[in-house]
Amino acid sequence: MADVNRGNRPLSPHISIYRFQLPAITSILTRITGNALLVGAFLVVWWLLAAATSEHYFALVNGLITSWFGDLVMLGSLWALWYHLLAGVRHLIWDQGKGLEMKTAEKLGWAVVIGSVVLTLVTVVVLNGGM
Amino acid sequence: MAFLTDRKRATGMGSAREGTNRHWSMTVNSYGLLVLIPLFIFTFGSVLGKSHEEVTAYFNHPVPALITALTIWFGMMHFRAGVRVLIEDYVHGFNREIWIIVMNCVSYALAVTGVFAVLKMAL
Repeated sequence: MADVNRGNRPLSPHISIYRFQLPAITSILTRITGNALLVGAFLVVWWLLAAATSEHYFALVNGLITSWFGDLVMLGSLWALWYHLLAGVRHLIWDQGKGLEMKTAEKLGWAVVIGSVVLTLVTVVVLNGGM
Repeated sequence: MAFLTDRKRATGMGSAREGTNRHWSMTVNSYGLLVLIPLFIFTFGSVLGKSHEEVTAYFNHPVPALITALTIWFGMMHFRAGVRVLIEDYVHGFNREIWIIVMNCVSYALAVTGVFAVLKMAL
């Protein structure tokens, strides 16, 4: 039974025939942001290690992480972190069996997208204003 | 292979009876990170871009040191569990095993390195 050929059967079309919808986009973005944050995590750990090692090493890594490209990566990571956090909260809500109705799910999706951008901007303003 | 029964061949391929536990530990970890991440963003963010002296002095304080160490550790454990699901979804066969092992190593290496660096400055 397990040796039945499963490869050549006609399959009903699924993802490819649907218009991309907000729940699908916000869902895959959760995965993308979560895994892409490895880059940000690597930079943060490297920066901490450099700071703990020597002033010379710190100057190198700190220069890299605060360069325009480093700023770009850090800003992207900041947004990814807020996005993944909000999308995670959405999952925790869904896990309670709440907010699964189409309309509510759609609203939660927008809350995640807009909320992540707003929180990113607020963070940038607060951190730069405090310096 | 032909000597195995269908049931025997299926054992271990589907539920290994740990799915619930994986989901639950990810949930618990998530609630923890929900508190840690905002704290981390504003502690780390406030010291990023400062001089070496200021940075080491900052992590010499227990609160930022603990927030940073805890966030890195539980963040990387969260990543480890998450990337595993990603790999299990998209990579098949022997490559899957290799990728899971590699990402396990990466997760633990970053977690330990981060905590080590913070402790070195904190102590």
